[in-house]
Amino acid sequence: MGARRFAGGTGHAGMQPIIAIENLSKTYATGHRALKTVDLAIAKGEIFALLGPNGAGKTTLISIVCGIVNASSGRVLVGGHDIVRDYREARSLIGLVPQELTTDAFETVWATVSFSRGLFGKPANPALVEQVLRDLSLWDKRDAKIMTLSGGMKRRVLIAKALAHEPQVLFLDEPTAGVDVELRRDMWALVRRMREAGVTIILTTHYIEEAEEMADRVGVITGGELILVEDKVELMRKLGKKELALELDPPLAALPDGFEGFDLSLSGDGATLTYTYDAKADRTGIGRLMANLGERGVRVRDLQTRQSSLEDIFVSLVRERA
Amino acid sequence: MNLHAISAIYRFEMARAFRTLTQSIVSPVITTSLYFVVFGSAIGSRIQQIDGVDYGAFIVPGLIMLTLLTQSLANASFGIYFPRFTGTIYEVLSAPVSAMEIVIAYVGAAATKSIMLGLIILATAAFFVPLRIEHPVFMLAFLVLTAVTFSLFGFIIGIWADGFEKLQLVPLLVVTPLTFLGGSFYSIHMLPPFWQTVSLFNPVVYLVSGFRWSFYGQGDVGVVVSLAATLGFLAACLLIVSWIFRTGYRLKQ
Repeated sequence: MGARRFAGGTGHAGMQPIIAIENLSKTYATGHRALKTVDLAIAKGEIFALLGPNGAGKTTLISIVCGIVNASSGRVLVGGHDIVRDYREARSLIGLVPQELTTDAFETVWATVSFSRGLFGKPANPALVEQVLRDLSLWDKRDAKIMTLSGGMKRRVLIAKALAHEPQVLFLDEPTAGVDVELRRDMWALVRRMREAGVTIILTTHYIEEAEEMADRVGVITGGELILVEDKVELMRKLGKKELALELDPPLAALPDGFEGFDLSLSGDGATLTYTYDAKADRTGIGRLMANLGERGVRVRDLQTRQSSLEDIFVSLVRERA
Repeated sequence: MNLHAISAIYRFEMARAFRTLTQSIVSPVITTSLYFVVFGSAIGSRIQQIDGVDYGAFIVPGLIMLTLLTQSLANASFGIYFPRFTGTIYEVLSAPVSAMEIVIAYVGAAATKSIMLGLIILATAAFFVPLRIEHPVFMLAFLVLTAVTFSLFGFIIGIWADGFEKLQLVPLLVVTPLTFLGGSFYSIHMLPPFWQTVSLFNPVVYLVSGFRWSFYGQGDVGVVVSLAATLGFLAACLLIVSWIFRTGYRLKQ
């Protein structure tokens, strides 16, 4: 399996991983195999984005690490603690923001966040809870019943609950699904602040934009298999195709002969010719293309190049597997 | 021991009780008062005394038991079922708490509420009838033991139930009939011999009998038998709860 060689590894050589997942698999009672064999190591302090389509196994993977779902086989260490044998030590390190808006209804924001801190074995600390609520713009709502809050506010409450016990590892399961632009921006700022404080962040998303914006490393999961784990920049360099868009004046009715071997496409109005090439190849073919165009009297008015996005990479990867 | 977690869950559950004060406390008190009016006055005028105890006073231990059983079941089953229903249970499952700590917190809160209710009803009863408690220590012991046992039973139902209908099913179809037929309002010695024997298979008979003994020094069965039966039921509930957490039944996939 070609993609397997990408999987595993800490990404930051020599560092003790904060999360080590070995041979993890999960088959539900229904017979559904949500996770095939998954190996993954996550380094302390990194932001790791787990990308995958719906039903790929992202939430199952997170739920096992957090102790909500039992693994069928394999083991997970968090901060060196086995999540089954030393569940207290392991779970104390973890904060989880679930995907669904599962909040209490009748409790106040202050009460539910303080509850979470106690639940994770920490003594009451009103100053810290206040700071968390202020950071998430929830301070004004501290005495409001949760049921009276908007969806975006409830999402903030869930994050506050996860942060109330000062976790070392934060799981964000689809943190920005269905939230407005402002909250998404706040969330990204929060993630960066957390990282500066040394917190490791694992987020799942199917918004590529999010992974591209924030992550240090990206894992792509589909059909219960981690098909790729790679440094984000490296991934985009390795797999990224570049596009050269040439603006033609006058437009061409059709592409003349003599361009066989070039990956070219002409826009409908004939004014833009797009050349897709491999940026890391020895010869990109740009020189030859330009010379050919010149020989045939095609006049180029302007040009620009574009790096393919993580989204393009992701779509082509998942499609390849399907 | 994660004492902070136990305290957090316990206080959360108690806050729920005080938030729904009318439902939690006022309605059982009104119901009990109605029992006194209907049973005490209507039936009490025809049955003056049972085993030398005024009928009105005779039914007090049974009435407290009735409330204790139904409220323990309702409180504990709802307390654990509701977070499962809304999904907030994820937080408890992901927290560094042991199964025993979860049980202590949820069952402790449910039992506290029903013990408080039991004492309130006892105080209410004192307004209607002259009360006498011969063995106050045993009275409290039976009160606490029964509240804990049936809160555990309620906890099991709350985990077993996969809908609100099932949540009501056991209390409605099993516990209420057993309580009414368990000698709350009469002495089983008043029944024909055949039904006396049948009654001995009803666990509630032992609870009511032991509890009544602590008030008036007499019961339908010996106090040691009552105590043993109650402890046996407690042990059975503890076994089921430990199995639930070992297997993750209805809690973890």
